[in-house]
Amino acid sequence: MFRTMLAVTAIAVGITAVAAQSDPIAARKQHMKDVGAQTKTGGGMAKGELPYDQAKAQGIFAAYVTAGEKLPDLFPETSKTGGDTAALPAIWANMADFRAKAVKFVADSKAALSSVKDLDSFKASFSGVTKNCGDCHQTYRAKKN
Amino acid sequence: MLRKLVLLAVAAAVIGLGVFWFVTIPATVPASALANRTPDLANGKTMFYAGGCASCHATPNQEDKTKLGGGLGLKSPFGTFYVPNISPDPNDGIGKWSEADFVTAMLKGTSPDGRHYFPAFPYTSYQRMRTEDVRDLFAHIKTLPAVQGRVRDHDVPFPFNVRRSLGGWKFLFLDGKPFQPDPSKSAQWNRGAYLVNGPGHCAECHSPRNPLGGIVTAQRFAGGPNPEGEGWVPNITQQGLKEYSDKDIAYLLETGNTPEGDSVGGSMAPVIHNTSQLTPEDRAAMAAYIKSLPPVEGPKRPEKK
Repeated sequence: MFRTMLAVTAIAVGITAVAAQSDPIAARKQHMKDVGAQTKTGGGMAKGELPYDQAKAQGIFAAYVTAGEKLPDLFPETSKTGGDTAALPAIWANMADFRAKAVKFVADSKAALSSVKDLDSFKASFSGVTKNCGDCHQTYRAKKN
Repeated sequence: MLRKLVLLAVAAAVIGLGVFWFVTIPATVPASALANRTPDLANGKTMFYAGGCASCHATPNQEDKTKLGGGLGLKSPFGTFYVPNISPDPNDGIGKWSEADFVTAMLKGTSPDGRHYFPAFPYTSYQRMRTEDVRDLFAHIKTLPAVQGRVRDHDVPFPFNVRRSLGGWKFLFLDGKPFQPDPSKSAQWNRGAYLVNGPGHCAECHSPRNPLGGIVTAQRFAGGPNPEGEGWVPNITQQGLKEYSDKDIAYLLETGNTPEGDSVGGSMAPVIHNTSQLTPEDRAAMAAYIKSLPPVEGPKRPEKK
């Protein structure tokens, strides 16, 4: 039974990886959408439009960690154009910096995940962590529409 | 008859040149117009962040945004402008400038050696600033580190490199009027209007431009193609931001996060570095003013695929 589960998991992981490889643009856009949905919730709590929820707060940073770890591998050389991508060629010209920014985003998100305990600590770490979004989008994204 | 025609043509040419010469004389603010006063350094710092000076003038590819060594290349349809060194360095920066030189540059777009600046330097907005705010800003910049290194010349081809002709451009697009508060609106709204239209120079990017490079007045704040290259500058009138509350706009200016959960990128990211340094009251004032902009249809944005 355990072996079967392991095999199924392995296959599932494999399929996800293949899907990501075959359409990395769609995969990375999905990660960005997930991050956006979390950030919308976080912004709502920070602005006081949504009540503070500790589980949601932790969920936001956990989702950032997941996305931040996967994103850098979803920009292979073959995915510079197509699929209405807003990614700029600067990514491939500065891949080391691009990856370093993702690493920092993950590290900041992990730190926030372990330290967040109430609305005030959430507000402080949320605005700090989401600064990483702008720092990357400044150089590496241009929305055409 | 022919003689008369030639004479008439010559006379017309002379008068024309005379008018051109007169109209294009670079305007200045004399030192005598500036009464003695002690600068307010805190206000100067606020103006520095509201004005976004560092976004263009900070030395690129280093962290310290108070090092105003210049050198960034600004692409435009008229050529590439290289941002000058405005650090207090006496030789390469503005260390030898008088206060009147600085006020003249900001409000009139004229350099200390009496030439027109290209409007890539947004004096079309800075002309709305109060002279006291400009003087405080000068005092603040003088406290920042001196950076050596003169920046290369602009890469702007003929005919746009004829500086004198910029006097004609100014005649068309620079009215020289300071900000006029609207007494029917709140103090907060007026503060926001001042910050957005004066130092903040938001309209410089968030408006379409005509073929001469002037802002299309009827479509002020209605967005358009990015003048610096890729991407699209959003419409920030209520046509584009109707889903945004005042609070959403203020929060965006603080964090760069939009209510949809996206974050702003491109040239807006460095703007957030500046607006995040303003007081919450100033951000709220800017938000109240922006939220009050009536909806205006801008240039057509490309369809999302």
